[in-house]
Amino acid sequence: MSELIRLSTLAAGTRAVVREFPISGPSVVRLREMGLLVGTPLTLVRTAPLGDPIEIKVRGYFLTLRKSEAEHILVEQAAPAAN
Amino acid sequence: MTTLPEHLSSSSAVSTEAASAAAVGGGNRPSPTYAIVGNPNCGKSTLFNALTGLRQKIGNYPGVTVEKKVGTAWSQHGQPITLIDLPGSYSLAARSPDEAVTRDVLFGRRAETAAPDRILCIVDATNLERNLYLVHQVLDLGRPVILVLNMMDVARASGLAIDASHLEHELGIPVIPCEAVNGKGIVELRMAMSRASLPLPRHAWDVPAEIAPAVAELQAALMEGEGKPALLARAEALLLLTAAGSAAAAREASDVATFAPESRAATVLSHWQSHWRKEGVDWAASLVAARYDAISALCERVVAQRKPVSAADSASAAAHASRSDRIDAVVTHPLWGWLVLGGLMTLIFFSIFTFAEYPMDWIDGSVASFADWVKEALPEGDLRDLITDGAIAGVGGVVVFLPQILILFFFIGLLESTGYMAREAFIMDRLMSRVGLNGKSFIPMLSSYACAIPGIMAARTIENHKDRLVTILVAPLMSCSARLPVYLLMIAALLPGDTVPVASKVGLMLLMYALGTGGAFGFAWLFKKTLLKGEPPLMIMELPPYRMPALRAVARQMLDRAGLFLKRAGTIILSISIVLWFLATYPRAPEGADESGQLAQSFAGQAGHLIEPAIEPLGFDWQVGIGLITSFAAREVFVSTMGVVFNVDDPEEDTTPLREALAAATWPDGRPLFTPLVCLNLMIFYVFAMQCVATVAVVRRETNSWRWPLFQIGYMTGTAWLACFVVYQVGTALGF
Repeated sequence: MSELIRLSTLAAGTRAVVREFPISGPSVVRLREMGLLVGTPLTLVRTAPLGDPIEIKVRGYFLTLRKSEAEHILVEQAAPAAN
Repeated sequence: MTTLPEHLSSSSAVSTEAASAAAVGGGNRPSPTYAIVGNPNCGKSTLFNALTGLRQKIGNYPGVTVEKKVGTAWSQHGQPITLIDLPGSYSLAARSPDEAVTRDVLFGRRAETAAPDRILCIVDATNLERNLYLVHQVLDLGRPVILVLNMMDVARASGLAIDASHLEHELGIPVIPCEAVNGKGIVELRMAMSRASLPLPRHAWDVPAEIAPAVAELQAALMEGEGKPALLARAEALLLLTAAGSAAAAREASDVATFAPESRAATVLSHWQSHWRKEGVDWAASLVAARYDAISALCERVVAQRKPVSAADSASAAAHASRSDRIDAVVTHPLWGWLVLGGLMTLIFFSIFTFAEYPMDWIDGSVASFADWVKEALPEGDLRDLITDGAIAGVGGVVVFLPQILILFFFIGLLESTGYMAREAFIMDRLMSRVGLNGKSFIPMLSSYACAIPGIMAARTIENHKDRLVTILVAPLMSCSARLPVYLLMIAALLPGDTVPVASKVGLMLLMYALGTGGAFGFAWLFKKTLLKGEPPLMIMELPPYRMPALRAVARQMLDRAGLFLKRAGTIILSISIVLWFLATYPRAPEGADESGQLAQSFAGQAGHLIEPAIEPLGFDWQVGIGLITSFAAREVFVSTMGVVFNVDDPEEDTTPLREALAAATWPDGRPLFTPLVCLNLMIFYVFAMQCVATVAVVRRETNSWRWPLFQIGYMTGTAWLACFVVYQVGTALGF
């Protein structure tokens, strides 16, 4: 098990699994309702040209969120792909 | 622990079917009302259009600015079926006014919209899990539901095989595979909708053990205290616990479930919340997770992936990059992205200013010839002048901007329906966040360079109420095309003839645009800091796949919006035009006075004198004051009023004679009136002042109160005065 990092620091193209939501709040509830739950795999697709927000692929669709929201999501980076 | 209300268990499905038949089919109600519910971007509107054709009515939900779309479809047996297209929502735990309307209609809380008898849930088959979350909440209501699996072709192409009949069996409701875009599955859907009775959903899911007792207790409290039916009370209890997930959201709880703050339900809720907080239970999180667990299990049973690519093995995602991915790689690219955005915006503005010209000339001509025709048809007198110079000229002055408004609406609709709007918000978000807004405010503000009206109406896509209000408040500061005639006249007066290089005229014009833009962002920042200080910025947004635009739907939306604008703004524009005409016409000047003399001693002229002390520190005299007053209806009227004041014919055709008249105008003591400083000041005044009745009317409509438009007039015109005061006083002190 690798260590947990903030979703906001994930590099583009990396895959990770959601592990923890340290704080609760309205935006976190909505992120969960959009399918971002503990154990959900995701891919960081890209960062916007100006560095914020970020775009992730989760449950087969694309979602954007700001880094200020993403920093409250702790993820575990998946092993690098074998190719 | 499983809480499964008895009426929901599968064994009672037969008896409930009969009950539902009695509820919708019996009595004096021949056909049921359906509500269409679904996530944004799932093809809901396409389906609604396919079912209803042209039999639609677009209006507004009273009290909120959310579009209400009601249509009529025909059953197999030729009976009318009423359909309500509810706003796209991700969850019934509403986060925006749109979502709140969907929730309230489904719970039967909106007085003017009765709770629908049946619900049509539409989901995007390519993204079943997240789409089913909302369906899962809707099934809690225990109402008859038909599930439509839209975009089955796209799902199939991407290797998903969804077993619709298995899903039908699992949920106990009709499930219709469909491709709304090309009309496939509509016949089957119509047949299902025509059924005299529909089974109630077999909907069982495990509420987490630590939450279940609270759900039961809340349900009981809502049933006893508020007299709500059992299932509705349970659905409300679940929603309450989802939405009131944190202390911050607790104050919104009474909005989620309608109960008094001191009622038993409120006590029960706060009791459990403090209990869970002590125990460290994140109740909202476990409720959402439990729903997703149930949905995932369901999907595993009904969805087969033909190409067995496990979720964890999507490393080769780049290889199967879909069309949307490839477009996004360009459109959100650090370099190409800006070029695409810039190119699109240039195209839109180019179209507005070139294509709108012809219909605008045509409207101008038609209005003039209509006025002439009325002049000939009616006997001379005040009534005739009221109709021609008041009503027709006033309304015509606003209608002339309709082509621009329509073109803007068209492009905004196009950007929305292709999915580009979300990308634009994605790349602009960072910039907009500097002033506390999010990327969605960009298009409304940009559109306002042409006309603030479509800009303000486009602000509807902003979910956050405060962000939307701030956007509406600052949008009219962007220099719109109605300011151009004023700028052009003043630049001509300020820098006459060919002696000055064109560059300085252009520079002056750009300065005015920069001033307005800077003002808009400055005030947005200020309002977000003070007046409309809001929750932390939020930008949780789906980037939908790109789609070919449905041109008919875009054209239709454009006409609907324009019609709405004309209908609502029309009356206000008409009445203000008549009032302004009255002010300029009465009291009558003595026989033999010319137009200029008439205006000078009319109420408007007197008002000009009246406000002179207030505008003298800005360098304006009472004659300019008349222009400021009459152009309150629309800025470009200033030019024609100056023409009347200084006795120049047709100032709009050629500004040279008017420019010369202005150059000759003096104060009573002989000082020249239109000094360069005063010309500059007039431009600055029009940058900031809220001189547009149509905008006021639209803001009134969009914010649903007079408070915000009045505030807007106050702060904008106040800023205009202050800016002009500083410029004139400092300028004269410096000897200009």
